[in-house]
Amino acid sequence: MADEGNGRPAPERDVILKVENLVKHFPLTQGIVFKKHVGAVKAVEGVSFDLYRGETLGLVGESGCGKSTVAKLLLRLEEATSGSAIYDGKDIFKLPRKELRALRRNIQIVFQDPYASLNPRMTVGDIVAEPWEIHQGRMGKAERRSRVQDLLARVGLDPDHVNRYPHQFSGGQRQRIGIARALALNPDIIICDEPVSALDVSVQAQVVNLLNALQSDFNLSYIFIAHDLAVVRHISDRVAVMYLGKIMEVGNQDQIYDRPTHPYTQALLSAVPVPDPAVRGERKRMVLTGDVPSPANPPSGCVFRTRCWKAQEKCAEEVPALENRGFDHPSACHFAEIERVVPV
Amino acid sequence: MDVTTDDPKAAEGQHLLQVEDLHVEFRTQYGTVNAVNGISYSLDERETLAILGESGSGKSVSAQAIMGIIDSPPGFITKGALRFRGTDLLGLDESERRSYRGQKIAMIFQDALTALNPVYSVGFQIGEMFRVHRGASRSEAKKKAIELMDRVRIPAAKERVGEYPHQFSGGMRQRVMIAMALSLDPDILIADEPTTALDVTVQAQIMELLSELQGETGMGLILITHDLAVVADVADRVAVMYAGKIVETGSVFEVYENAAHPYTEGLMSSIPRIDQKGRELNPIRGAPPSLMRIPPGCPFHPRCPYARDVCRVDLPPLYEVSASRRSACHFFEEVLANVEGGLTGGR
Amino acid sequence: MTEDDRTKPQATSTDMTGIDGDSPLPGGPPTDAPEVGEAAEEEVREEEQIQFGAEAGLQTGGTTGQITAATGGDVPLHQASLWGDAWKQLRKKPLFIIAALFLVLFTVMSVAPGLFTSQDPRFCNLSFSVDRPSGSHWFGYDIQGCDYFTRVVYGTRVSLLIGLLVVGFDVVIAIILGSIAGYYGGFLDALVGRFADIWFAIPTTLGGIVFLNLLGQRGLWQVSLVLVVLAWPTLMRLMRASVVSGKEADYVMAARALGAGDWRILRLHILPNGIAPVIVYATITVGIIISAEAALSFLGVGLQLPAISWGLMISDAQSRILTSPHLLFFPAIFLSTLVLSFILLGDALRDALDPRLR
Repeated sequence: MADEGNGRPAPERDVILKVENLVKHFPLTQGIVFKKHVGAVKAVEGVSFDLYRGETLGLVGESGCGKSTVAKLLLRLEEATSGSAIYDGKDIFKLPRKELRALRRNIQIVFQDPYASLNPRMTVGDIVAEPWEIHQGRMGKAERRSRVQDLLARVGLDPDHVNRYPHQFSGGQRQRIGIARALALNPDIIICDEPVSALDVSVQAQVVNLLNALQSDFNLSYIFIAHDLAVVRHISDRVAVMYLGKIMEVGNQDQIYDRPTHPYTQALLSAVPVPDPAVRGERKRMVLTGDVPSPANPPSGCVFRTRCWKAQEKCAEEVPALENRGFDHPSACHFAEIERVVPV
Repeated sequence: MDVTTDDPKAAEGQHLLQVEDLHVEFRTQYGTVNAVNGISYSLDERETLAILGESGSGKSVSAQAIMGIIDSPPGFITKGALRFRGTDLLGLDESERRSYRGQKIAMIFQDALTALNPVYSVGFQIGEMFRVHRGASRSEAKKKAIELMDRVRIPAAKERVGEYPHQFSGGMRQRVMIAMALSLDPDILIADEPTTALDVTVQAQIMELLSELQGETGMGLILITHDLAVVADVADRVAVMYAGKIVETGSVFEVYENAAHPYTEGLMSSIPRIDQKGRELNPIRGAPPSLMRIPPGCPFHPRCPYARDVCRVDLPPLYEVSASRRSACHFFEEVLANVEGGLTGGR
Repeated sequence: MTEDDRTKPQATSTDMTGIDGDSPLPGGPPTDAPEVGEAAEEEVREEEQIQFGAEAGLQTGGTTGQITAATGGDVPLHQASLWGDAWKQLRKKPLFIIAALFLVLFTVMSVAPGLFTSQDPRFCNLSFSVDRPSGSHWFGYDIQGCDYFTRVVYGTRVSLLIGLLVVGFDVVIAIILGSIAGYYGGFLDALVGRFADIWFAIPTTLGGIVFLNLLGQRGLWQVSLVLVVLAWPTLMRLMRASVVSGKEADYVMAARALGAGDWRILRLHILPNGIAPVIVYATITVGIIISAEAALSFLGVGLQLPAISWGLMISDAQSRILTSPHLLFFPAIFLSTLVLSFILLGDALRDALDPRLR
């Protein structure tokens, strides 16, 4: 599962999704009838990445960093302010309505909250078969029931439970139903938006293992959005670290976890506790001071500089590009250097 | 089961807090929810005890029972004793009980935003404790509030004392909660998932603050959480709860080095770790039982790889594993022999 | 389509027959997983079979075969759908049962008043004018000398009909306008909202007097129309609020991500989950409308004689309240009971449908 490359996967692997300069500003308005624009929340501010076929790209960051907005934009649940996302030779932000429907078949989503993501009034069978209802002609009515049962069995549920309602299942089982629904149309890409963070510890691993197994069976590419860095390390081939709407650092999981170069990545990793009392007190903590600035009014230059211990004048004046800085993977810091913060 | 009789400190009432055979149930229209089914533990000064469990394990309910904040009905404490320095809190009437709440035992919650009243300034809410319990004047209370906000490291406390909860970030709100909890110098602080809703960098700050404050005041800390990594980081002792019972208890070093209960072992092999890549996750099969229909015998047996016939019938007592360690498993020796179940040095 | 050709065979390899040409692991089906003869990735298979195992174990040991018992870690467990749960709870509420029994009684009374009285409400004998209640004529006689019990019974139909008619129309208006305003938001929302505000600002009684005077003719339909126009805004706002919160739900997002159209999302995902508060309030509104009709008739702007209505009876009785109190008492008690029954029903429904109040 691990991707053995230096920064980039081997060149022959094909890019399935190419995101460039993605921007989303939510306008801030005042007034009810006569709306007046008073500014914008810059939720996503120039995000670019490639997703390779069959890989898992982890998107990590703290709340408000824009990672979930990226997911909504790629599914066109929100309209992007600017930027492009090329899938199958076409920019998904410019697709006309009809082609958009076809796209929906190929990019799917699994949500965080298994209690909120299934319609409580529908049976499991209806939920999993809904994609075929919407895309008529994809699956004959006669076959549907048995195909639903196949899918349920594939995600580890009892196929005889098709007529049950979501509330009759536990959280982990509901998440499996959500995954079955996402699989129904044979998508290429599944965006997992915090798919295990609402689950109990002992159930999380079941779902993580299921996602891993499905990936190889169905040749899926995942964009795995999460705040839990341990889960992301476990499941991702590559990881992108986001802060205030921008990618700070991107690399394969060894590069990010063992050789982080961006101060934010280092601070983030150093804050994650290790479930081993033996290393207590031995680890270096980079404690960040202050709060995340408001995305409506981000700092000039490097957005992280207000909380960075390395910040100098240059950081306020010049926006650091996400580029190679003499290490094996790109970093958006003027003063990037490797510092190991996760114990070996 | 009985950890109290062989405990000399307990007999003299020297433990700060002694929970004995506590039972809590909720009587709902769907049936009786057996949330806590006979748990016993003790807490000393300067000690951090972690209660580790998943949702529905009864860990939060046991804390609410200690605070005396269980809604009754539907909740009832059906059996047990809660001794605070030897005094059984369950034998007190409501007004005596109230004098313990906040002054001797305080609690902070997961969601600091809903626990704070949005229409009063944070300074007013912190100071209220002094006005109510100590009869302080308004200006005295405000001065105390600023002092406390400084103590929990809220920057610019003087300027921020008049601000409202929504003007604070999640981490700062949790600090406000801690300030309120500490205002009357309690002997015990119960922290119920204090960092679950917070980002990881903020979580680290709050845990650090709590242990610093514990060092200053010498209070006993009960940390209720589902996060094994947080427990490893701060706890002295850990009690693992499952289906309303403690299944394993011991020092955090012992338990993490080699679990003595299959559930603990299962938890440890199912979590991904930041310091390990690609390790196979071995999840515990199935899901935790409903507290309305706890399986007979050992409640963990339907999910347990060690289960035998006896487990389906006989409820295991808390066997003594070592002087400081107990496990509620008939086959704890077998579990101990499986050394792969530990987290320490497992990298 | 090439994409589908590529992925399809892999997907079908997961079917129940156990054909796994594309399966990454060569191992055959496990001997200990008889329920699912699926050959897939090993750990998934194991974990799923264990899920069933846990379930079975719990079921044999448990007291009931309810699946929720075995699968759920949730407390408390919900064993049926929202409406099923509500019904279970309602059955145990004495107030609900009383209200429901009264409503059944009133409904039968309005459909088949002949079951309750053999008299003709329009057969009157002036010689009995305002006679007091007696053993054979429980409610006495009105001023025309008609049997008062018969007239009160026959008056049920008008009250109930107006109440149900008005609220029925208003619910339809509320669902249509509320859904449009809530779902599309923006300009449409502002337009519908402000339009509703205008009508909402008019007090029901005052508005009724003005509009009914304008209409001139005042039969059942005219009175109903005026009440429909005056009562819709509250229901519409409730519906709108329900839709606004419903459209943020993850399952609505999921449906949109699947490419579902607006109509499908509204019909299948938003309305079934958001209609409960509207139904509760509509039930209470039936009671309010019935008393509003009585008030308008009492004020002389509602139904006109010779219609038989409780409002008219109360209006007639007011001048004789000291000499013949029974003329006021009987229609008033029927009116209050009917209105109260609807309000109690709405109250009980609200408690039963709101899980937070459980």
